[in-house]
Amino acid sequence: MTAMTVSQLAPFYGARQAVKAVDMTIDAQKITAIIGPSGCGKSTVLRCLNRMHETIIGARATGTVHLGDQDIYAPDTDPTLIRRRVGMVFQQPVAFRTRNVYENVAVGLRLQGMNAKAELDVAVEGALRSAVLWDEVKDVLDKPGTALSGGQQQRLAIARTIAIKPDVILLDEPCSALDPIATANIEELLLELKQQYTIVIVTHSMQQAARISDETAVFMVDTTSGQAIGELVEKSQTLHVFTNPQDPRTESYISGRVG
Amino acid sequence: MAKQPQVDSWSSGNTLLQHGDVPFRFGTVVLAGSVVALVFVMAIIMVMASAEARTAFGFDVLTGQEWNPVETELAPPTFGAWPAVRGTLLSALVAVLVATPLALGIGIFLAELCPPRLSVALSFLVELLAAIPSVIYGVWGVFVFVPLFNDAFSKPVSQTVGDYIPWLAGPVATGRGILVTGIIMAIMILPTIASLTRDVLRLVPNTQREAMLAVGATRWETIWLAVVPYARAGIIGAVMLGLGRALGETMAATMLIGNSQRISESLFAPATTAASLVANELTNSVSSLHESALITVALALFGITLILNFGARLLIWYVDRRMAGGRS
Amino acid sequence: MNSVPKNYRWRKFVDQLMRGSTVLATGCAVIPLVAIIAYVFTLGAAALSGDFFTQAYVPPGTVEMADTADATEPAFDPEDPFAGIGLDTVSEYDGSQPAAPAANPDDLFAGIGFTETVNVDTSMPSESDLYSAGPQGGVLHGIIGTLIIAGLGLLMALPIGIFTGIYLSEYRMQRFATTVRFCVDVLSGSPSIIAGVVIYVLVVIPTQRFSAIAGSMSLAILMIPIVTRTTEEMLKLVPDSMREAARGLGAPTWYSTFTVVLPAALPGIVTGVMLSFARGAGETAPLILTVLGSNIISTALLEPMASLPLLTYRYTESPYPGENTLAWGAAFVLMMLVLTMNILVRIATRNRAGAGR
Repeated sequence: MTAMTVSQLAPFYGARQAVKAVDMTIDAQKITAIIGPSGCGKSTVLRCLNRMHETIIGARATGTVHLGDQDIYAPDTDPTLIRRRVGMVFQQPVAFRTRNVYENVAVGLRLQGMNAKAELDVAVEGALRSAVLWDEVKDVLDKPGTALSGGQQQRLAIARTIAIKPDVILLDEPCSALDPIATANIEELLLELKQQYTIVIVTHSMQQAARISDETAVFMVDTTSGQAIGELVEKSQTLHVFTNPQDPRTESYISGRVG
Repeated sequence: MAKQPQVDSWSSGNTLLQHGDVPFRFGTVVLAGSVVALVFVMAIIMVMASAEARTAFGFDVLTGQEWNPVETELAPPTFGAWPAVRGTLLSALVAVLVATPLALGIGIFLAELCPPRLSVALSFLVELLAAIPSVIYGVWGVFVFVPLFNDAFSKPVSQTVGDYIPWLAGPVATGRGILVTGIIMAIMILPTIASLTRDVLRLVPNTQREAMLAVGATRWETIWLAVVPYARAGIIGAVMLGLGRALGETMAATMLIGNSQRISESLFAPATTAASLVANELTNSVSSLHESALITVALALFGITLILNFGARLLIWYVDRRMAGGRS
Repeated sequence: MNSVPKNYRWRKFVDQLMRGSTVLATGCAVIPLVAIIAYVFTLGAAALSGDFFTQAYVPPGTVEMADTADATEPAFDPEDPFAGIGLDTVSEYDGSQPAAPAANPDDLFAGIGFTETVNVDTSMPSESDLYSAGPQGGVLHGIIGTLIIAGLGLLMALPIGIFTGIYLSEYRMQRFATTVRFCVDVLSGSPSIIAGVVIYVLVVIPTQRFSAIAGSMSLAILMIPIVTRTTEEMLKLVPDSMREAARGLGAPTWYSTFTVVLPAALPGIVTGVMLSFARGAGETAPLILTVLGSNIISTALLEPMASLPLLTYRYTESPYPGENTLAWGAAFVLMMLVLTMNILVRIATRNRAGAGR
């Protein structure tokens, strides 16, 4: 089943096009990895999937992205509602300093109007359990979110994201600021989460993509026009991408000759 | 200086140049030291010059209700600056209460909402507001704002609501009083609070905004629930600096508050402030005790603004450092 | 799947409302700015006559000429410090006035017992018009006084400010630097009247006289922190590589500071100097306690002197409409000075920022 369909998506920074028009589909309840060398626009494309890209001054995108049957780039679409349905976890673990662990998870729920203590308790515990963080933080729920370790903060961010039960979770290099043990924890968690959620993860680590993803999209930088522009060169099942790449550029990238 | 192979022009022949560092350093230290000395002299001068009144009245100089510098046959002079202290606190409080929400709005608009190009232009305008000399606020207040405010607000309000709320009670005569002074002061401290708020908001890492947006927050929710709380300490610092300015503001108060020693509950009534009391009476002081009492008032003002400024700077510095320190 | 959360319309409304109110708040800052500038410019321009920039005070009326203090000896008099400076209806003349004032019985104040005097040189509007109590004389004495007092204050503040800035920037690691920085903060944070009080106690009382130089001293106290701050900030912006390059050639610190670092930071320092001058020129409170004010063109540093902010203040408090108009005029000149300085600084810093990128 297809969760999202991207067609002719072209992100811009001001007048500069960052990535050549992208067409791809994202399968529901699978992990789709986006890999590629620095500057290929992989994060930019990811940020277009929940309209986070346009929050940067001067940034915009053309094309369409369908979430289910709704075009998230249709003129009457409210980006706030899209972001509520397509959650995002960032490279730097983000905890809200002035909120405790509990409120860090509850914040999205409160925005949706959930204020009953009992209801929140259940939802927060559920999200923290899903993020495999509950056992570590259940005694420090009233400590500031920033008191947790980096890996814990990243799982806290994931808990915050899944607490509002989005359709899709986007992760932008979620492990690049973490140590190997924390990384392993997150990877394990993602494999759990794909039972319920559609996951798209940008990673600079091909090993990580190979370990956890079902599908892989490879982006490369094209400099032939004199200006660097990213492009999607290949997308298929992860196994195919790594064992039998169709594009020579993919092959040289995964064999370590480029990037 | 590190030992380096020296270029010809610096070697032996030019000893004056080479040894210039000692006097240079000495000179800068002495001049920098003179700033330290100046502050010490200022403090000592005021402490000494206020000694007479402080020993005669103690804390009563600030809390006593009667300020009566002229000795009469019936009573000795009394120096209790409570009317001035009260007027200072109330007018500064009005100023901060009026200015803070506006300044917060301006800071948010400049840092978060308006296009960068416009932000630069508007920031300049707001900072220009801070550059206008306070005496010009005074003139404008006296001739333009006070009559306007008097007719449009003070009189109608005092005649209606004023019957029930003593703070807003009449009668309103010239229109000079605490409320008007506070409002003009609010305009004066607006740029201080607004531009500092803008600066601390800009220091908030983008990750905080994005994380809030990513859980489906609207733009305003992002600002109000993520950005502003993150910069909380800095904003409080900005407000404290504004409060410090309002407390010490002399001209607007002198020209607009009415300079009356009578304590009235109404904010429309004339009052006086510490700074305007000093400005009005110090050059006319009738006795050394009078002079000393005025300097005590000035010393108290100095102390309070000092404490506020340092609290504020500490908070802003704390935010700066925390943000410069990176994430978490 | 596509459901809109039930509270979403309300949230959207709050979002728009609050974003709108930040625009309103910004308007609330810009409106008084525009209003003040507009009033000062229109009413101030009305005060501009041919005499405005060329003449000093011409009194609107006299009641008791006998009370007039001797203008040539404005010594400190604790009993009546305002004598002879036109605060009351009392006025004074000095020999430098171009023409003797002539009494005019038809003027505005005739009916209420005042005798207004007008300068025959002034091009007064129709005197029969009772409502146009036009301004007489000018604020030349104020302009001269402000330039002298603020200029002298700047001269005092410059060496201390610049060298303290150099010290804080070039020897920033020393423990004493923290103390110095603390004291600079104290100076910049304390109310301007405090500078007046200190100089009043330190200079005015011992010398028994108000004087321009005392005013300059109090302004210097206010200018020092501004000059120090900008110097320090500007010197810090000079890349360390420039210092190292100079030292690599064997130049001693003082030589590299004066020939390399300071010139590189000069435009920024000049900016700070201009701003501190503008700030000092606009200060009123300390001058009330130190120079008192004057109605004549005076360049004697040891005597009271006129200054624009003082004139603005005194003329505002004056009961005479003509003097009120002059208050706007003085405010106008002051405002022009401040705005010009700020705009120049703006242009200068923008060019530099543009070149830096």
